[in-house]
Amino acid sequence: MSDVGTLGYRQEVCRDLETPPVRAVVDAFATSMNTMHTKLARAERLSFPYQKAMWYRAGVELYCGAVEKLARDLGDVPIASTGLRELGAYLREYAGSAEFRALSDEVRSLGRELEGISYTLAIHASRIAVHLYEGEVDYSTEVAATFERFRQAGSKTYDFRIHELAELNHVEEAIFEQLVQLRPEPFARLRVLASRGAAAFEPAVLQFEREVQFYLAYLDLVAPLRAGGLGFCYPSLDQPPRQIDVLDSFDVVLALELQRTKGSVVTNDLRLSDGERIFVVTGPNQGGKTTYARTLGQLGYVARLGLPVPGRRARLPVCDRVFTLFERGEHPEDLRGKLEEELTRARAMLDGASGRSLLVFNESFSSTSLRDATALGRRVLDEILARGAIAVYVTFVDELSRRDPAIVSVVSTVLPEDPTRRTFRVVRARADGRAFATALAQKYGLTYEQVRRSCAP
Amino acid sequence: MRAYLLFPDRDPPVETPSGPRIEELRRDLDLPPVLDAFAAGDEAIRTSVERLLLTLLDDARLVRYRQEAVADCLAEPDTVRELYRIVGDALEAERRAWGWLERSASTVLYRSLRVMAGLLDALRTMRRIADGPGRRFRSRAFTGLFERLRTELDDRFFDEAAGHLKRLHDEDRRLLSARLGAEGRGVDWTLRTPRAHPVPLWRRWVPARRDRHTVIIADQDETGHRILGEIVDRGMGTAAVALGRSTDHLVQFLRALKGELAFYVGTLNLHDRLIASGNPVAFPEVASTGGPSCVAQGLYDVGLALRLARPLVLNDLDAGGKRFVALTGANQGGKSTLLRAVGLAQLLAQSGCFVGARSYTTGLASGVFAHFRREEDAAMKLGKLEEELSRFSAIVQAVRAGGLVLCNESLNSTNERDGSEIATQIVGGLVDGGVVVVYVTFLFEFADGWRRDRPEGSLFLRVERLADGTRTFRLAPGPPLPTSFGEDLGRRILGPSPALEPPAPIAG
Repeated sequence: MSDVGTLGYRQEVCRDLETPPVRAVVDAFATSMNTMHTKLARAERLSFPYQKAMWYRAGVELYCGAVEKLARDLGDVPIASTGLRELGAYLREYAGSAEFRALSDEVRSLGRELEGISYTLAIHASRIAVHLYEGEVDYSTEVAATFERFRQAGSKTYDFRIHELAELNHVEEAIFEQLVQLRPEPFARLRVLASRGAAAFEPAVLQFEREVQFYLAYLDLVAPLRAGGLGFCYPSLDQPPRQIDVLDSFDVVLALELQRTKGSVVTNDLRLSDGERIFVVTGPNQGGKTTYARTLGQLGYVARLGLPVPGRRARLPVCDRVFTLFERGEHPEDLRGKLEEELTRARAMLDGASGRSLLVFNESFSSTSLRDATALGRRVLDEILARGAIAVYVTFVDELSRRDPAIVSVVSTVLPEDPTRRTFRVVRARADGRAFATALAQKYGLTYEQVRRSCAP
Repeated sequence: MRAYLLFPDRDPPVETPSGPRIEELRRDLDLPPVLDAFAAGDEAIRTSVERLLLTLLDDARLVRYRQEAVADCLAEPDTVRELYRIVGDALEAERRAWGWLERSASTVLYRSLRVMAGLLDALRTMRRIADGPGRRFRSRAFTGLFERLRTELDDRFFDEAAGHLKRLHDEDRRLLSARLGAEGRGVDWTLRTPRAHPVPLWRRWVPARRDRHTVIIADQDETGHRILGEIVDRGMGTAAVALGRSTDHLVQFLRALKGELAFYVGTLNLHDRLIASGNPVAFPEVASTGGPSCVAQGLYDVGLALRLARPLVLNDLDAGGKRFVALTGANQGGKSTLLRAVGLAQLLAQSGCFVGARSYTTGLASGVFAHFRREEDAAMKLGKLEEELSRFSAIVQAVRAGGLVLCNESLNSTNERDGSEIATQIVGGLVDGGVVVVYVTFLFEFADGWRRDRPEGSLFLRVERLADGTRTFRLAPGPPLPTSFGEDLGRRILGPSPALEPPAPIAG
């Protein structure tokens, strides 16, 4: 998926999906198809032929509806991408075919007939007499009427746990068989319909559905962020030389979290000029270092997929792979084991990386001494430089940021002016780690003005 | 029918406030032993009291509504305890009746009657109380409850309930209807009354030609019979719902009543313990305006009284109209105790309970927050100062004008200059934002600077020491002094040291 042509095609489709009319059309389709799959999966697991057939029929009805609607709607909305234009033409032809029309009519009329069947069970001891319903009176309403006056405001609904397994049991099946005898015609047609199985569905439709879900899921994920004013853009994809130039980017996952907690997001610019390869991130804790690393990792990864990346403007290299090394918190007490595990993972990353890879190291080797962390860091950075890969390396070792001209030193900072900002700007600067009490107070939103405003807004 | 013992017109809150701020308050004010005394071993009381202590009333009229009711309880403790016991026993019996059985329609149906009979007994006893000792109550809360018990508890409902259950129970033939659902199973199950006309009864029940579509379950087919029961169950659903819901309403009423009574029984328990410890209690006067600045005579920490079970040193505190109260002076001189006493009294006052004091006046607080120094937090990820600041930050986010913030040695984790600077900023912002701050501090620069810059609206109390150096555990008005009295402790515990100068004599 690192072929620039394919990415361009994908970006085009994705841009179309971002226009509300196209989006609405595809959404409706995807929702119906999802429900359809649930029904068909259920049908697969059932054994009683009539029940299996009913689930299948319901699935086919959804499928027919979804296809017809998509074919119709795609013609009504403006489309710019080759991908969706071709799909629309194809679907209109398919939905208009005689075979499809016959299928669609049959499932609908069968559905109406079957679900209109009402019946009564007269139970006495071990006998269940099955009749068609003849308008007998509801005794429950008589009982309920007696107690109506005790009903209190706000009383909750009363649910019983009824064992509703999906599958009919043998008594229910026997009752069903009686119903089939009482109303044989629609059930016979149902069996005929069910015999078609998977052949009823057009493979190209299913494939489109799978692929479009992927686009939609991502767009949905980032939609609230865009609504909140954060920028996303389609990166221009840079073949060598591998420059990075991203304006106002951010960690999508953190931004989502902040949006939930009403925090606001600080964006960062990321720039690597010609010849620069590695960001080394240092600075005070809680200052946004990890966030910065994750941002770059997400940029590289998301750009590869042809999707809009976090940022107002972006030029990014097309990466072949993205590797990450983040701390795994399993055995914090076993420092040696942890270091060993990290080194093993780092080795695998370096082995798998090419000159077109992106590597993300977050606080790696921090479980060891400063001396070891420095030596290991140098060793890893040297190897990345030798590969020519792009990397971000978060560390508490300031010295690593001065290792090589291809290394860019960026430093997390504390933002004094806006206390609600929980991620902080990371800027190009020489590493020197110091923090002051008052700066901290500002960081926590505890200056006189901030406090007073917060109490009496 | 509602209890309305806690609010004249609505149900009490169903959630106990929770979250980190509440946890800090619980821990810093040392609420657990106080709740223990309220509860006297009864978890329901603990839950109820805790919820109401932490949910500050926002209306002085509601405070008086409860105070009247508490006064009623203190006058008629046996009646209130008896009522509480009856309700509790009835609920316990109801709970046992359900046990582990699943709530299927038929279990609900067949147990409703038995449960209802038990509840009915309790209700009859309650009505007897309402007719007898209940007439001696004077508070709006209790007279209202007893009045409702007298008028709304008639026997008709139970007769009718029994009648329906009997019919449903005796029925051994069922007529159900359903509709074929999309999933192949029946939906909309309904219990039907067999039609008297025009189909003759024999045609319903006697297998006839018309009934040739009949499923017969073999005698040995146990599963089949169980399933048949389940099918009947579906049809019985709506009838069972109607009956079950009626029972539930009664149970819900009794639960609510128990929860509300629990608070009052709790106040009786606490009252007994405090009186036994030889300390005074008083109903506070709670003003609807002015914020939580208190004027107290004979104030003490209820938690300490419970622990020591003896008369305590009582403090007077005239912080009326003051937004900032600084408590300074030697270690172990009673500062933290007084701070807790103020916080706890505010919670008690705003729940409608009496407080630990001879007399107490305060206003409504919009919230109570505690910021106490932490020493032991091993899991702390942030540095100590950052940890303190992050807690302050959270409090600042939560507090509003009219709030009460209790600080105990806050910002001691950095040097005095930085600590004082930050404290001045935070407390200044809080006080000017309309918050009342009571602050135990060794930060001389902070306390002294405040005294010089803004003496009006502030109160400075210092640990009282007699001429011979003994402490009285009282705090008296006095400016902060530059040195804390840690040397005292050092001298007492470590013995005299040539490095330690004797403390300067203290004036005022």
